[in-house]
Amino acid sequence: MELIQQLVNGISLGSIYALIALGYTMVYGIVKLINFAHGDVFMVGSFVGFYAITVMDLSFIPALLISMATCAIFGVLIERIAYKPLRNATRIAALITAIGVSLLIENGLIYIRGAQPEAYPNNVLPMDKLDIFGVSISSQSILILSVSIILMIILQFVVHKTKIGKAMRAVSFDSEAAKLMGINVNNTISATFAIGSALAGAAGVIFGIYYIKIEPLMGVLPGLKAFVAAVLGGIGIIPGAMVGGLLLGVIEALVSAAGYSLWRDGVAFVVLILILIFLPQGLFGKNKREKV
Amino acid sequence: MKKKKLAGVFLSLSLVAGTLAGCSGDSKTSSSGGGSSKSGDTIKIGANLELSGGTASFGQSAADGLKLAIDEINKEGIDGKKLEIVKVDNKSDAAEATSGSIKLVSQDKVVAVVGSATSTNTLAQVQVAQDNKVPLLTPTATNPDITNKAGKLNDYVFRTCFIDPFQGTVAANFASDEIGAKTAAIYVDSASDYSKGLAAAFKEAFTAKGGKIVAEEAYVTKDTDFRSTLTRIKSAKPEFVFLPGYYEEVGLILKQAREDGIDLPFMGGDGWDSPKVVEIAGAEALKNTYITNHYSPEDEDAKIQDFVAAFKKEYDKTPDAFAALGYDTGYYLADAIKRSGDASPEKIRQALEDVKDLQLVSGTLNLDENHDPIKSATILEYVDGKQTFKTKINP
Repeated sequence: MELIQQLVNGISLGSIYALIALGYTMVYGIVKLINFAHGDVFMVGSFVGFYAITVMDLSFIPALLISMATCAIFGVLIERIAYKPLRNATRIAALITAIGVSLLIENGLIYIRGAQPEAYPNNVLPMDKLDIFGVSISSQSILILSVSIILMIILQFVVHKTKIGKAMRAVSFDSEAAKLMGINVNNTISATFAIGSALAGAAGVIFGIYYIKIEPLMGVLPGLKAFVAAVLGGIGIIPGAMVGGLLLGVIEALVSAAGYSLWRDGVAFVVLILILIFLPQGLFGKNKREKV
Repeated sequence: MKKKKLAGVFLSLSLVAGTLAGCSGDSKTSSSGGGSSKSGDTIKIGANLELSGGTASFGQSAADGLKLAIDEINKEGIDGKKLEIVKVDNKSDAAEATSGSIKLVSQDKVVAVVGSATSTNTLAQVQVAQDNKVPLLTPTATNPDITNKAGKLNDYVFRTCFIDPFQGTVAANFASDEIGAKTAAIYVDSASDYSKGLAAAFKEAFTAKGGKIVAEEAYVTKDTDFRSTLTRIKSAKPEFVFLPGYYEEVGLILKQAREDGIDLPFMGGDGWDSPKVVEIAGAEALKNTYITNHYSPEDEDAKIQDFVAAFKKEYDKTPDAFAALGYDTGYYLADAIKRSGDASPEKIRQALEDVKDLQLVSGTLNLDENHDPIKSATILEYVDGKQTFKTKINP
């Protein structure tokens, strides 16, 4: 029974990683940039959700939507201001800029509101416990899991069935050719940032409700873990990010379950190193030859 | 350029301010110092506390308590002399605490220094006290190293509060005697010496009582996800969980534990003592949880109730543990000065060391060979998210 309980724990944690990892992977897929500010968009989303719930007195779903919308705009702004001017610069320049943006957001928020943590109110979602064969699952984690899954299904739909999704796939395949075919590459990239950031915002609200405590530096570690998840699944591949996130969550839960809870963070990064050595294209990646 | 100029102006201003402050301090010292040497009717004690900065609320509380005690003592005086507090604000900074102590000892010629509210700032003054042979008495610094570093006793350093590991012992006694637990789990913050110290003491005392530790788990400060480890603790089936952490993680752990259906009693130390723990965990999750603390304002002991009433009258608020210990520090020091005879630092040191069964608000005070108090600890229980007095445990 303990094992099943641990799997439930792992999947709840993993679905949050997966939501963040999706943003990493989409952005990487389209502009080949590891957006290290993504974890901080997640943090901003968490705070927006917090203020929507406490100050504006909204319930879960409206707060989630507000947070997603704010983060979408925020993500596009970051892209337009920080990354777009560097689109033709070296990749390392863009990467360093991403780290700079990340520090700017963290410290900017500390400057505005201070570094003290905030606690999500306890009554956002109804709290019931379901006991199934000795495994106790809170109604919160079920709701959170279903919201994550719904968001992922919507994402799949957007990417595969809509025009903007088609444009995104085209740009990610070959942005020069896509441009020649009349696709507005700039708008497509912005849309990718908007969608990825909205998912990070949703993850932020979910994280806040599930783990209560939020603070300006909360995005750093989940951001890095989500990056690991994205690499694990194969960076640039959307289903890979989902599976990678869930898998990483389960791995962490099992490491704790085996009694090595202090090694949990370490194991996540060992996974990264192993993947990079033995399977650099990730679980779902195809081994592509570098274009000359 | 402009910034540079501003910085220059600021620097020179602060220099001027520093000199001025120094002047005023000097003049005050010379006048009152002259008074004491002539008529000998005041005894000066220093107070080096956090009156501003990050831990100002601790220092301010201790200062309020100390002042109340000294005012009460001065109504009668000690052998016809009155006590005078010379206050220094260490700005919650260790370097300021050191220089503040040097000023108190060398300029103001105090007979003893009441040292800072936090361990870090008190540690910064230990060397000054030892070098100048002036007793240092901290109201609330709980780190064991302050009085005894690596087996070497700092013979001029004393404290009014019990030390960290003592809380673990008290919690173990409470768990086996009051709760009747035979098995316990320990969940410790492995990044905190405070937490590890409490846990080690708990383990030792609990096994000595015939109990069994069935699970020992750890987390690190700033963790947010504890569910996997909690599930492990749950399946080890303990009757009691000892959780000696600080309030932020404790709040999260309690909440996640209750959500995962762990209804066991949880207990911790004074690291829980913050309103944040209620905010994060919620009153419901805090049901069936206990902490050890220095004192409770709800304790019906007459001495405590008199103190609470006097404090409320003076400051219009309920005294916290820092205020109570500041108050006790005043009485402890006054008692030592009285017994010392001539109020010289050396005699006061001896008197502080020789204290026996001194009745204080936070319990009856005796010292062990490390200058660490042996006194009762108060157990508080959370009821509807409020700390309520449960019982007092003697060592």
